[in-house]
Order: sequence, then C-alpha cells, then structure tokens
Amino acid sequence: MNPVNYLYLSALLFTIGATGVLIRRNAIVVFMCIELMLNACNLAFVTFSRMHGNLDGQVIAFFTMVVAAAEVVVGLAIIVSLFRSRHSASVDDASLMKL
Amino acid sequence: MENLIALLVAAPLLGAAVLLCGGRRLDAVGHWIGTVLAFVSFAFGVILFADLLGKDAEHRTLMQHLFSWVPVEGFQADVTFRLDQLSMTFVLLITGVGSLIHLYSVGYMEHDERRRRFFGYLNLFLAAMLLLVVADNYLLLYVGWEGVGLASYLLIGFWQHKPSAATAAKKAFLVNRVGDMGLSIAIMLMFTTFGTFAFGPVLDGVGDTSEGKLTAIGLMLLLAACGKSAQVPLQSWLGDAMEGPTPVSALIHAATMVTAGVYLIVRSGAIFNAAPDAQLAVTVVGAVTLLFGAIVGCAKDDIKKALAGSTMSQIGYMILAAGLGPIGYVFAIMHLVTHGFFKAGLFLGAGSVMHGMNDEVDMRKYGGLRKYMPVTFITFGLGYLAIIGFPGLSGFFSKDKIIEAAFAKGGTEGWILGGAALLGAAITAFYMTRVMLMTFFGEERWRNQPTRSPEAPSAEPVAEHHGEHAEPHPHESPKVMTIPMILLAVGSVFGGAFFSIGDRFLHWLEPVTGHSEGDSPVSAATVTGATMVCLIIGVGIAYAMYGRRPVPAVAPRGSLLTRAARRDLLQDDFNHVVLVRGGEHLTRSLVYVDHTLVDGVVNGTAASVGGLSGRMRRLQNGFARSYAVSMFGGAAVLVAATLLMRAV
Repeated sequence: MNPVNYLYLSALLFTIGATGVLIRRNAIVVFMCIELMLNACNLAFVTFSRMHGNLDGQVIAFFTMVVAAAEVVVGLAIIVSLFRSRHSASVDDASLMKL
Repeated sequence: MENLIALLVAAPLLGAAVLLCGGRRLDAVGHWIGTVLAFVSFAFGVILFADLLGKDAEHRTLMQHLFSWVPVEGFQADVTFRLDQLSMTFVLLITGVGSLIHLYSVGYMEHDERRRRFFGYLNLFLAAMLLLVVADNYLLLYVGWEGVGLASYLLIGFWQHKPSAATAAKKAFLVNRVGDMGLSIAIMLMFTTFGTFAFGPVLDGVGDTSEGKLTAIGLMLLLAACGKSAQVPLQSWLGDAMEGPTPVSALIHAATMVTAGVYLIVRSGAIFNAAPDAQLAVTVVGAVTLLFGAIVGCAKDDIKKALAGSTMSQIGYMILAAGLGPIGYVFAIMHLVTHGFFKAGLFLGAGSVMHGMNDEVDMRKYGGLRKYMPVTFITFGLGYLAIIGFPGLSGFFSKDKIIEAAFAKGGTEGWILGGAALLGAAITAFYMTRVMLMTFFGEERWRNQPTRSPEAPSAEPVAEHHGEHAEPHPHESPKVMTIPMILLAVGSVFGGAFFSIGDRFLHWLEPVTGHSEGDSPVSAATVTGATMVCLIIGVGIAYAMYGRRPVPAVAPRGSLLTRAARRDLLQDDFNHVVLVRGGEHLTRSLVYVDHTLVDGVVNGTAASVGGLSGRMRRLQNGFARSYAVSMFGGAAVLVAATLLMRAV
C-alpha cells in the first residue's frame, strides 16, 4: 500500500482534532482532540520514517508518546480540580486569566 | 638658612590653627598670640633678607625642598619654596605691613567678642599669602591663591550677622572663583605644554613654545590676576568688600590679596614677554581699571569706598606697568610696595576716624576733624600726599616711573597708555583731595545730627554706649592704633625716595625681572612736569569744589556721570543685565528644550508603547479557544511562509 495514504489519514485526523479543539467546550473532549492531534503527528512521523528508510521518525514518535503521557497526567489533574471548584468542565467558563 | 622659609609660612599658620582650634580659653590672649606670630614671621623675613643681602646679586635665591607632594610618574608636584628678590620684597611687605595691621586690630577690635577668631583669620590670611609668594611652582602657588580667597571670604563676612556683609563675602568669593578658574586653566595648559609646574622649567622653556600657546596661558593668567586684583571686568567685589572690618580692608588692599595678581604677572614675566598680544591685553586692562577706579573714587561719599576705588585705580597702575614688560616690572613692584605703605596708612586712618565717629562712614557727616584727631590727621595727610604723588614722597617716585614707562612703550600705544596714566594722576589728586577736605577740613557737619541711620545696627561695638541719636564725640584713637599709623606714614614718606635714590630697588629686583629702559618719546623731566601739572589741576578743582564751598550734608543729585559713578559705573547693573539675566534666559531656554525635546522624546516613547500595549491587551480575553485560534493561525502562516520561501 502506498505510504502516502497514511499521510492523508494523518492530515485528516489532525484536522478533526484541531477542529474539535476549536469548536468543543467540554474540557475532556478538547483534551481528547489534542491527543488525536498528537497521534496524527505520530502517524505522520512513523510514515515518514518508513518512506525515508531511517529510524528518526520512530524515535520522535516514542518521545511524543512519553510527553503525551506526562501531559495527560497533569492535564487531567487540572481538569478534575477545575470541575471540583466550578462544577463545570467548560473551557469558556475558565476565562479569569485576562486583563 | 633655607629652612627659615618654611618657618616664615608656618608661624602665622600655627597662629591660625591655635587660635581657631583653641576655643574660648584663649579669648584673653588670642589677639596677642596672633600679633606676636605675625611679628615672628616678620623677624624671619628680616633675617632672610639680611642673608640675601650678604650674597652676590646673581645668587640671591634660596630654595627649600620640604617634601614631595604628589610623586607620580610624569606628574611631579613638590612642596618647594623659592625665595628670591621678588619673593623677598613681597615677604617683607606682607609680614611688615601685616604685623602693623595686627597691632592696630588689637585696639580696633577691642570690644568685639569674636576678636580671637578675627586674629585667627588674619593669621590664616598672612600664611596663605606668604605661601603664595614663596611657592616654587604654580600648583603650590594655587594653594596659597585659594587660601587667600578663603581668608578674604571669612574676613569680609566677619560681621556675618549683617546681611550686607554676608552678601559681600559671597560676592567676593564668587567673583574670585571666576579668576581662579583662569589660573587653574593656565596651570593645566602649562602642564600640557611644559610637562611641569615649577617656575624654573616653565619660564626657561618659553623659548621653544609656540606664541599661540603662550598667549593662551598669558590671557588665562591675566583673568586670574583680574579676579584677585579687582581689575576690570572682575572688579565688582572690591567695593562691597568694604563691609569687612577696616583692618581687613587695609590688609586686603595693601599687603595681601589684591597684590597677588601683580605678583602673578610679574612672576610669569617670561611668558608675557614672549606673548605680545597677552601683554597688550594686560596694559589695556590696567589702563581701563586705573581710570575706572579713579572715577568711582570721585563719586563715593563713603570714605572706605572712596579708598577702595583708589586701590582699584592704583592696582590698575601696577597692572599697566606689569603689562609693559621689562620696562615696567620693577616699577610695578615698587609702586606696589609704596602703595602698601600709604594705602595701609590711609585705611587705618579711615578706621581711626570711624572709631572716633561712632562708625559713621559718610564723609558728608564728617568735617573739621583735624582738631580732634591730630595724629590721625597727620598720618592720613602724609598718606594722602604720598598717594597723589606730592614731590619727595613715595607715590611721587613710583607713580612717576610708571607714567614714564608707559610713554616709553613707544608708538601710539605709548601715547595712549601714558595719557591715561597722566589723566589718572589728575583724577587721583582730585578724589584724594576731596576725601581729605571732606573729612578733616570745613565746618563740623557732625554736630547736631544723628550719626547712624536706624537700620544700620551697631556693627562695631565701640559705639554701643552711645545712644541711637547721640552726637559723636570725635577723639583720638589709642596708642596701639596710632603707632602702626605713624610707622606706615614714615614708610609712605621715605619709602619712595629710599628705593629710588641710586636706583636701589631697580638693582635689587633686576636679576629676577630683568629691566630695559625703552625709548621714551618725551624726556623724564617733561613727564614729571606734566604729572605735576595734572596734580595741581586735580587738587585745584577739588579745592574749588569742596574747600571753598561748604559741603552739602545731603549729596546733590549730580550729573549723569556722577550718578553712574556712585553706582560703581553701573558695574553691578552690567553684571545683572548681562550675566544674571543672560544666565536666566539661557537656563530658561535650556529648561524649555529639556521639557519639550528631551522629555518629549522620552514621554512620547512611553506614551506610544503604553497606548499600543493597551490595544494589544484586548487580545488577552481569557478564552483558551481563541488563543488556540491564534496559535493555529500563526502556525498556518509560518507553514505558508516556509512553503512560499521554498517555492521562491
């Protein structure tokens, strides 16, 4: 199968993720969309690795997974404490950080 | 023998230290400590003088190296003293006349509770002036120069409870600073030109230096001399300096301070000889000042201010002579010495008159005092005859020589300078006769009138037991005051003849200053005759105006010139309009530029940055999703830009 198709899939997943981030309000969904974008990137890295015949892309994919795992830990903790204090997981409600 | 030079300076310095640090326990003896130390210094001076006389004319220079002051590679400043004929003359004048003034002050300041402090300042004045004249380099001379400025400030403002005295002291100090700046610039120029400050290398190195540099140094030295010697345009402090106690005026005008400028120019003669332009400037300053001072002296009713105008004028003669080069140096110093005698005598006489007249200084309220103060009258009269140049007295010899030297300058300059000097002699005769007639002759105008205006508080406590409106009881001053006056009168009578007969003074000073005869277009006898004619005209006019007619007790309005001269020929007005107003305008325009331009740029930058950030702030709306939009937008732009750059 032509590896370029994987790239198309990756672009599609990234676009879905980005759109989700921009239009959804629920913090959990936004979070999942971010994960979607990260994995779309991973897919692209792996595909490029395959196309160019070296391992750099796969190495970076592992890095991304590690960073994503760490981010999930911190991000979910923030969302949980946000929900506890405001009884809502809407990202638009958390708009205090402005002048 | 050389070691005595340091002691010469140290004696009055010690006196100043002891008196100023000693506190009240010295109040009872302080004045005698000061006086004795001044006389000790004079004694050292006499011993050194005898030593110098015992040597050949060529070897009459004593050097004493005390210590290295600033021993830095390439910048050697030493505390070294040099005593040659020129310094010796000054040392004898300063310590001799200075000691007599100390003695006089013992009587004059008797009732002043701060007398100890007064003597401390007098000693400081002597020490600074002695340091100035025995220094062997310009830097050490500068130390003495500033010391003289400080001491004069302290003494002019001695009665600091009077606002006028405090102001006068400040004025003297500030005007002197202008001159001091000239001296410091001259010293810096010397250092860059010659690499040293010592008299020897600087004055010997003149031959290898460009005339432009020497002219610059000369003009700066002239500025310095103008400040210290009260020459036009820095003359305005001298009249106000009369606010000090009278012995201070005598000390400033006769022995110290104003003679420093003449010393500086004569000492730096080699520089001026090689810079004719600077020399011309010196003569012009001298000639202008001698007329200026004389005219001011004619219009003043205050006896001390009339004498102050006279000092300015006589110093003008000396500066004129010093500007003539080798023709005049010796005569400048000779006139300085004789002037030291008779001007000190005149001031002490004026002080004695004030002492007897409840501190009245207005000559229109004097008159007929010769009967009441015979000693003062005779000593003052001899000083008067000496200053107008009455044949046979000091002033006759020294002033006549200067007028001759002015003519001997040659050419048109010679005629102009000589003419100015002759005119000055006539005016001198006029104003001094006026002082004499108004004070000692005529009707007794002090009878039946209050002597002091109510707003003038009792400055000299002598008068405190007199009531506010008491009629004065003129009386002769105590012996401690009259003896110095008598000694000074003797000097004013015989000094000139002693110096001139056999050209003693000329032979004494010639090895240091050099001398040339010049070639005069008129013979010496003609000059003397012309001087005599001027003298007679001056005295005659004064007699016609003040001797034959009664002197009005209130000054008449007078002509435009008289009124201008009463205001010191508008010197303060000039300073006010040109310097004070000009300075104000300058600072105002600078403030305007600062406010509009400098502050405008700074404030404008701040305001535009502030306004811009105020607008940018709106972007921070707190919605995470709008930030995400900007992030995506930015990333998209970056990617697009990268692709575009690739494509191109």
